[in-house]
Amino acid sequence: MLRKAFAFAALGLALMAGPLFAGQALAATTQAEPRDIHWSFEGPFGKFDKAQLQRGYKVYREVCSSCHSMDLLYFRNLGQKGGPFYDPKYANPNDNAVVKSLAHDIQVKDIDSDTGDVISRPAGPADKFAAPFPNEPAARASNGGALPPDLSVMAKAREGGPAYIYSILTGFVAPPKGMTVPEDKYYNPYMPGDMTSAMAKGAKVPEGGFIAMPPPLTDGKVTFDDGTKSTVANEARDVSAFLAWAAEPKMEERKAFGLGAMIYLLIFSVLLWFSYKKIWKNVSH
Amino acid sequence: MSGHSTYEPKSGLERWLDSRLPLLRFAHDTVVTFPTPKNLNYWWTFGGILSLMLGLQIVTGIILAMHYVPHVDYAFNSVQRIMRDVNYGWLIRNLHSNGASMFFLAAYIHMFRNLYYGSFKAPREVLWILGCVIYLLMIGTAFFGYVLPWGQMSFHGAVVITNLLGAFPVVGHAITTWLWGGFAVDDPTLNRFFSLHYLLPFMIAGVVGLHVWALHVPGNNNPTGVNVTSPQDTVAFHPYYTVKDGFAISVFLIMYAVFVFYLPDALGDAANYVQANPLVTPAHIVPEWYLLPFYAILRAVPDKLMGVLLMFGAIATLFVLPWLDTSKVRSMRYRPTARLYFFIFAFTCIVLGFCGAHAPDDLVIPGVSGPQFLDANLNSFVWLSRISALFYFVYFWVVTPLLGLFETPLPVPETISSPVLSHPASAPAGAVASPEKRG
Repeated sequence: MLRKAFAFAALGLALMAGPLFAGQALAATTQAEPRDIHWSFEGPFGKFDKAQLQRGYKVYREVCSSCHSMDLLYFRNLGQKGGPFYDPKYANPNDNAVVKSLAHDIQVKDIDSDTGDVISRPAGPADKFAAPFPNEPAARASNGGALPPDLSVMAKAREGGPAYIYSILTGFVAPPKGMTVPEDKYYNPYMPGDMTSAMAKGAKVPEGGFIAMPPPLTDGKVTFDDGTKSTVANEARDVSAFLAWAAEPKMEERKAFGLGAMIYLLIFSVLLWFSYKKIWKNVSH
Repeated sequence: MSGHSTYEPKSGLERWLDSRLPLLRFAHDTVVTFPTPKNLNYWWTFGGILSLMLGLQIVTGIILAMHYVPHVDYAFNSVQRIMRDVNYGWLIRNLHSNGASMFFLAAYIHMFRNLYYGSFKAPREVLWILGCVIYLLMIGTAFFGYVLPWGQMSFHGAVVITNLLGAFPVVGHAITTWLWGGFAVDDPTLNRFFSLHYLLPFMIAGVVGLHVWALHVPGNNNPTGVNVTSPQDTVAFHPYYTVKDGFAISVFLIMYAVFVFYLPDALGDAANYVQANPLVTPAHIVPEWYLLPFYAILRAVPDKLMGVLLMFGAIATLFVLPWLDTSKVRSMRYRPTARLYFFIFAFTCIVLGFCGAHAPDDLVIPGVSGPQFLDANLNSFVWLSRISALFYFVYFWVVTPLLGLFETPLPVPETISSPVLSHPASAPAGAVASPEKRG
């Protein structure tokens, strides 16, 4: 009986997993598989590496934030449980001294309550991450017509998640022979695209696409306070981890809660199994 | 609900209530003493699982609706706010979004169980049709619900599906405009979809009431497909099936929890984490996994209207199934030929799901450029969908009626109890199972 129960559970899983593994290959669009990279937050017990998130925040703040908004993030998020600057001393992240000072470095627009004038003031923990551009046309105008996407949920909005982001950031390569690269565009094998029309006749069409973002990271671009070597790979890895956290700040809570739920359900199932055996003992079926 | 009631009011209050509104008598007869065949296997536990899933979806949905904002400018961010700022909002939302998949998974197992054991046959046709109505309502609810997060797949999925109705001649265009509340999928569409998404589950609950009612008149079918003939064939629903269903529900919840806590986005599409943008169409628009087979049937046909009709026909066929099946034997345990076709059919449905997930022009076997046949490559998913869709209809409209007339079924046991005692699974080691010789 138990064997049957497992059998149908497995069948159910197989039925559901089918379409998942069917893949999403497109007719002409290609992209390289994201690089295989190990994250501390993988698996059912994975947790974010706090030091890595702090470094990642620094990369975002000093590099990415000059073009990319993160509209869903508030400074207080940095100090909440599971966040990069969480400190158990401050149950309320709005009181967190580090978060306060990080927010204070940023100017945000506000309305003067006395005069109604638009003013600039230092941000507080309750403020949103300030967007670099006031609106979409302004963002496009400053970026050669391309719109730098909001990064709040970027790690969930692309197949491969943080590995995809890491691959894009580290994946800029010299265009292969025979490729015509348009002005203000860069070839990246991890970017989805169709290179057929960009290639000279007869040349092999490579995977990947053009991206409007120039290679954002260079060795030594960000100075890490904890002495971590500031290589492109390290910067990319840390900011990808930071974006993974930003896309789901409650991930650690989810996994911790899940562990309790799984233990509860397993014990409950075992108890029900024995109750079932006991109640049906005298029924031939 | 059926047969003689054995309920005896124990206290004065119960007697008082019983002579005014026999609610407790009803509950007692329905979920306590209801005689249930004693040989039901685990495939019969999905009715209970489905009731639980409906309840869970309604409860989590009501809580989500407290925080959700049905407006094109705020919907996406309000869902993110639920994930980030609402206490346990991530849990409620993961339960709800993955719950839809679990609900469909359980419904599909429930339906395939029904097909295999012939439960839809007389006297349970109405029960089956009510089930089909529930399934239709589920599809509607799931579709409306998928639009609400207002991601790229939500929006463009809504555009594709609502545009299907435009395929109908003369009135099609008017219908889509009426449905959208404008000339494109926009704020009025999102608002009404939210309203309908809240309404339909309660309609489902109502039909589930009728479904259970229609179940309790003839009683459960069972793996032998043989009618209950004596009280020895049955046990009381409680505690026998409450505990067995309870165990199955608990195991099902473990699988559900794996998705909720460890793979919350595995069944969704990454594109739905990008806010809807009417100006940017995703390269590859796909519905959720549970609707992929129908999507494949839709795209198998070059003509839009024919595709739409065929897709609806695939579901409409289910409604008339009780009159397509000519076999007097319910359970496929005793119909080896029918069983073979059943498994081919189940496999076909999975293949159709694969086809729905792929772009029609993709190659089934990568790297092999098959011959061009009519309008498409023979090795493309278009042709695989066509062959599979053809078998889907052939199974119901040709195989099912003919099998009943021409196959030779195995001997069917006279009563439920006779094969039960000698079923290979429960027989002592060494005993030879030969139900047909027991007479």
